[in-house]
Amino acid sequence: MNFDFSKNHFELFGIPPLYQIDLIQLEQAYRDIQSQIHPDKFTHLSDAERRLSMQWSTQANEAYQTLRQPLGRARYLLHLNGVEIHEEINTAMSPAFLMQQMEWREAIGEARAAKDAPALEHLRGQLRAEIQAQQHQLSDLLDKDKNYPKAAEMVRELKFMEKLREEINYALEALDA
Amino acid sequence: MALLQIAEPGMSTAPHQHRLAVGIDLGTTNSLVATVRSGMSVVLHDENGRGLLPSVVRYHADGSTDVGYPAQAMQSRDPHNTIVSVKRFMGRGLRDLPDAGSMPYQFVDAPGMVQIKTVAGVKSPVEVSAEILKVLRDRAEKALGGDLVGAVITVPAYFDDAQRQATKDAARLAGLNVLRLLNEPTAAAVAYGLDNAAEGVYAVYDLGGGTFDISILRLSKGVFEVLATNGDSALGGDDFDHRIYCWILEQAKLSGMKPQDARLLLTRAREAKEDLTFRPEVRINAVLGAGETVDLTLASETFIEITRSLVNKTLAPTRKALRDAGLEPEDVKGVVMVGGATRMPQIQRAVGQLFRQEPLNNLDPDKVVALGAAIQANVLAGNRSDDDWLLLDVIPLSLGLETMGGLAEKVIPRNSTIPVARTQEFTTYKDGQTAMSIHVVQGERELVSDCRSLAKFELRGIPPMVAGGARIRVTFQVDADGLLSVSAREKSSGVEASVVVKPSYGLSDDEIARMLLTSQENAKVDMASRALREQQVEAGRLIEAIEAALTENGDTLLGATERAEIDEGMAALRRTLEGANHQLIKEQIENLNHISEMFAARRMDQSVQKALTGLKLEEL
Repeated sequence: MNFDFSKNHFELFGIPPLYQIDLIQLEQAYRDIQSQIHPDKFTHLSDAERRLSMQWSTQANEAYQTLRQPLGRARYLLHLNGVEIHEEINTAMSPAFLMQQMEWREAIGEARAAKDAPALEHLRGQLRAEIQAQQHQLSDLLDKDKNYPKAAEMVRELKFMEKLREEINYALEALDA
Repeated sequence: MALLQIAEPGMSTAPHQHRLAVGIDLGTTNSLVATVRSGMSVVLHDENGRGLLPSVVRYHADGSTDVGYPAQAMQSRDPHNTIVSVKRFMGRGLRDLPDAGSMPYQFVDAPGMVQIKTVAGVKSPVEVSAEILKVLRDRAEKALGGDLVGAVITVPAYFDDAQRQATKDAARLAGLNVLRLLNEPTAAAVAYGLDNAAEGVYAVYDLGGGTFDISILRLSKGVFEVLATNGDSALGGDDFDHRIYCWILEQAKLSGMKPQDARLLLTRAREAKEDLTFRPEVRINAVLGAGETVDLTLASETFIEITRSLVNKTLAPTRKALRDAGLEPEDVKGVVMVGGATRMPQIQRAVGQLFRQEPLNNLDPDKVVALGAAIQANVLAGNRSDDDWLLLDVIPLSLGLETMGGLAEKVIPRNSTIPVARTQEFTTYKDGQTAMSIHVVQGERELVSDCRSLAKFELRGIPPMVAGGARIRVTFQVDADGLLSVSAREKSSGVEASVVVKPSYGLSDDEIARMLLTSQENAKVDMASRALREQQVEAGRLIEAIEAALTENGDTLLGATERAEIDEGMAALRRTLEGANHQLIKEQIENLNHISEMFAARRMDQSVQKALTGLKLEEL
C-alpha cells in the first residue's frame, strides 16, 4: 500500500514549518484536502476507498488540530527538531513564574468563592493578554533564534497558563449550573 | 426530472442514474421523511397529505401495529401498549429514566437498554423505533417508486454512543441502509445555509420533544464546520408538558393517577402549552375516568414561572458551547431555531437576550432537519449536486478510559472533528501480568462512575514481563457517524494481541436476525433470500463504483496487468451473480475489494495531490 503517512503535518498542507504561519492558508489547505478525501465523498464507493478515505481524513484532522493551536504547533515544531517537552516529567519552573502562578490561582479562587462571574470574566481577559504576549516571545524563539531549549521551557509555561484558562472556564461553568 | 427506475442488482447502471435516497428525522414527538426531487428538498406526505408522522406505536395482541395518527388517537385509552416518545428510551437503562415511575409503561430492566412489556410481548426501544422507520420507508418507496439506496437518519448532536448505536440498529431492523447518522442541528444548518447562501458563524438552537442541542457552526465557501456542540439528551418540549401536568394535579388536588387519566391530562397539558403561544391564558378541561372533572385556567405568566428553570437549563449548555468555540455572543451572525418547542415565546425571548439579537424563524422548525438530511442523503448516495459542499462535524462528549482509582482519562476530547483517532500507551503494573482489562467510558466527569460505560474488554496473551515492561497501545477510532471502535495491542518482543470491540449495548447481528424473525411482518421472509438480496445489492454497488473509477482514471493509474486483474475480479463477481449462492457472492466481493485496494490508494493519493496543487495555483 502506498498510503503515505510519512509526510509531516506541515508537508501535508504544503506550508513552511514555522511557528508563525498563515492560519488562513492552513485553513484553506485543510478544507481543500477534506473536500477531496472526506468519507462523505466515498459512501458509494468500494470498501477499500472508504477505508482509505477515513484514514486520510482522520490524519488531516489530526494534523489540522495540531497546527491550528499555537501550543500544539510549537510542540510539534520542537518534536520535528528533536526536542520533546516531557511536560509530565519535567516540572522545573523559575521561581518568578511559580510566584506569578500562585497569584493567579489565588485571584481565581477568590472570585470563584465569591461566585463573582464578572471578576472571572475580567481574569479571563487578563490571562488572554498575558498568553498572547508569551506567544509573541515564543514566535521569536522558534522562528528567529531557533533557541529550542528555551522555547521548550516557554511551552511548558504556556501549558500552565492554559490550565489556568481551563480553571476559569470550569469556575464559570459551575456558576452556570 | 429524475429517473425513477432502478436497475436490477448486479447490473451496471448508467452514471447519470438517480439513486433513491431519503433523509429521516426520527423525532421524539414526530418523525418525517424527505427527499431531493428535481434539485429541491421536499417532505414526503402520507395518502392524506400529512407530512408529520407522530412517533407513536401501538401494539395489538396479534403482534400487528398501528403507527402515527391512529396510534396517537388511542394513547389515552390503551396507554400500556401505546408507546410515545420512545426516543427517550433509546440506549438508556432504567436507572437513566428518573421519571419512569410517572409513565404508564411496564418497564423491564434489561442489560444495556430498558424494554417495555406490551400485549404483543416485550419490546425493545430499538424495535419500537424500527416500526416508525418502516412506515417512513414504505411511504418513501411508494412515493418514489423504487427501492431506496439508503437513508440519512438524524440524531440529536448530544446523543452518546449508546443512543447512536441504538438508532443505527433500529434502521437496520427496518431494512434501511444507513448512509450516515447526521446530527440534527447540523442537518438544520445545511438546509438553512444552502437556502440562504449564509456565510459566517451561526448557532443552531434545537429544542425538540425530548432533546436539546446547541451547535455553533462556521459556514464558509460551502464548508459547514461545527465548532462546538452541547446539549441535554433528556430535556425537551415533553418536560414543559410535564410541568403543566404537575401544576394541574396540584391545582385540582389530584393524586394516584390511573395511566389513562395521566395520559389524558398530559395531552391536555400539551394542548395548553401550544395554545399559550398565541393567547395570554388557556382553559384546561377534562373528565377523568372516575367522573371527576378538571376545569382550570392557566395564565401565560404562570406557565413562564413554572418552566423558568427548564428554559435556564438550555442556556447553560449554550454558553458552554460558545466558550468551547472560543466565541462571544456578538460573534454569532444568526441563531437558527429548530424544533417545535422553540415556538414558545419565553424560549424566543431567552435566546434573543443571550445572543443579543432576534432569532431566525424564517423556516419551518418541524421540517428543517428532515430537509437537511435529505440534501445530505442525495450527495452521499452519489447523486451529483450542483453546489459542492462539505460537512465537518464533531463528537459531543469526550471519550476515555478508566485508570487507577476509578478515574476517567480522556483520550479524545469533546468537540473533536470526526473522523478522529487517538492512541494512548499503557503498561502493566505487576510482574508477570498477562492480561489487562480495558474500560471505555464517555462523558466529561472525572470519576468513571459519573460517566457512561461503553465497553469493557480484556486484552489477553501479554507475554510475562516485569512490571512496566509491556507496551499496550489502545487506539480509539471514531468514524464519520460518530461511532467508536476501540482496539488494543501489546507490541513488544514481537508478540501481538489485538481485539476490536463494539460497545456492549449494540445489538449483535444474531440479535438483529432474531428480531427480524420474530417481527410479524418479516416472519414469512426467508432469511436466505434476504441475505442473497443484500449481497446482490452490495455487489452491484461495488461493480458500479469500480467501473466509475476505471472510467475516470483507470488508464492513467493502472498498468496493463493490474487492469487485467481488476477486470478479471469484476468478471468473476458478475459470474457469481448469475447463481443464487450469497456466500459465493460475498467471497467474490471481498476478493474484488482486495484486488482493487492498490487502485483505491493511488486514486486517494491523486486526490490529495490535486487539492494541494489547486492550492499552489491559487497562490500564484
